[in-house]
Amino acid sequence: MAGTETERPRTGEGSRAGDLAGGDLAGGDLAGLEAGLDALDAVPVKRTPLREVLLRKVLPPVAAVVLVLVVWKLLVLAGVTDDYKLPDPSAVWGALRRLWLEGTLFGIVWTSVSRGLLGFLAALAIGTPLGLLVARVPLIRAALGPVLSGLQSLPSVAWVPAAVIWLGITDSAMYAVILLGAVPSIANGLVSGIDQVPPLYLRAGRTMGATGARGAWHVLLPAALPGYLAGLKQGWAFSWRSLMAAELIASSPDLGLGLGQYLENARTDSDMPGVLLGIVLILFVGIAIDLIVFSPLERRVLRSRGLATR
Amino acid sequence: MAPALSTNTSATTASATAAVGEDRAPATGVRIDHVHKSYDGRSVLDDITLDVRPGEFVCLLGASGCGKSTLLNLVAGLDRPSAGTIEVPGGRPALMFQEHALFPWLTAGRNIELALRLRGVPRAERRAEAERLLRLVRLGGSYGKRVHELSGGMRQRVALARALAQDSRVLLMDEPFAALDAITRDVLHHELTRIWSETSLSVLFVTHNVREAVRLGQRVVLLSSRPGRVVREWTVDIPQPRRIEDAAVADLSVEITEELRGEIRRHGRD
Repeated sequence: MAGTETERPRTGEGSRAGDLAGGDLAGGDLAGLEAGLDALDAVPVKRTPLREVLLRKVLPPVAAVVLVLVVWKLLVLAGVTDDYKLPDPSAVWGALRRLWLEGTLFGIVWTSVSRGLLGFLAALAIGTPLGLLVARVPLIRAALGPVLSGLQSLPSVAWVPAAVIWLGITDSAMYAVILLGAVPSIANGLVSGIDQVPPLYLRAGRTMGATGARGAWHVLLPAALPGYLAGLKQGWAFSWRSLMAAELIASSPDLGLGLGQYLENARTDSDMPGVLLGIVLILFVGIAIDLIVFSPLERRVLRSRGLATR
Repeated sequence: MAPALSTNTSATTASATAAVGEDRAPATGVRIDHVHKSYDGRSVLDDITLDVRPGEFVCLLGASGCGKSTLLNLVAGLDRPSAGTIEVPGGRPALMFQEHALFPWLTAGRNIELALRLRGVPRAERRAEAERLLRLVRLGGSYGKRVHELSGGMRQRVALARALAQDSRVLLMDEPFAALDAITRDVLHHELTRIWSETSLSVLFVTHNVREAVRLGQRVVLLSSRPGRVVREWTVDIPQPRRIEDAAVADLSVEITEELRGEIRRHGRD
């Protein structure tokens, strides 16, 4: 206190000295205090270096795959079962090589992937407005909400017979099955995304004048985005699953050879390496689309909001 | 030179306020006139009459259940009174909450720009205005920061900047510093007083912290609980800049706390 006063050019007079010192402290030291608080409390954001990403995220799944292959090979070497039930991993590799050399590999994968993506986009176009209506209109919610939740737990394979009778063994039947599988997921994702929007955001938006359509665009939809993305991700998984079920059951030469049909053909030929290859390819496509499209999108959204845990 | 403390009951509010330019038309400010509010037949606010004059800083004080937040919602236009009228001539008031309520999908700067955009500020001017407001709350370099990268105190300062971006004449604050630690709160008291004295804002500040109310307000209004009624009000004549540890602030706080305790005890006897 005394030190502060001697440093000041003008000395405080009488009873005001205390007030002045207080005012000075408030003006000068508080700014410094504030800067110190900001520096101490600010949350540091660091990016993980590439090496660490490789070590922590890429290595473990690769090691797991290698482990599966090793166990598989050991089982074959131990001769636990007949060759036609459990072929050598190299036989599956051979089947893959054959498809590659025939030049049909990409054709088969693309037939299914293009169907799956197209169906997913259609499901997106239907599921999004449907989800908005269900979330925001109480009457529609009361009517359709339980139906949508129920449909989500109905395996979409169950729709295949109906789709085939209605539409025949056609591409339309495939798309119908995809839509019935994916639309409920996408709509439900948006509904739960909107339900989880903190009411505080909506109040804050309203005090700033974001009401009606402006409120939906500037506050409600961006706030609901994480839930919506989770719904999309699940919607894709449902699309892909439904499509494979449809291709397996409703296979016809007119439809073009997709992964499901390749799998079915391999079964009728008792071609176990082909069957295993079909399964691996279906799994691979499902994982690849998730890794290429949905995971980066989701991670970006969550990270920008400070919600990503990793 | 002990600061003079004058106390008035609510009945004499009008005569107490007459000292400051009552002859001029009340350009802005808040006029709460015999407001009642009840939910499901239960009265939450009972006959509240309270004026906040243009440029005045009024603190609303009360225990739980006094309807402080309800009253702010009414003034903010988020809800309607059951009876009585509320006039906010300056247009839509800005509102600050206990939680920062910043949108996590936008950066600090973009949060402010959204308020500017909703107010109708042309796109070309928004960026510069947002940066000016950030500098005003001493966060000049934080335009691109995400909300989760800011500390609690910084978030409330961005929230204050966003509220100021609405360019309202009236700022409503609902316990905005209650979740902060004492030192950060102290700093924000200082910033708020500084910004208030640099602008012509009328502030209605709700708190349950008596010291905070005395530290900040020109007037402190005590509300009773269940239903909320204006019990008493104090004019705080301690000159700014005040500090929360000032003896005069402490003295008046003791007096007001006694009154508040009395109000709370009354409910134990019911």
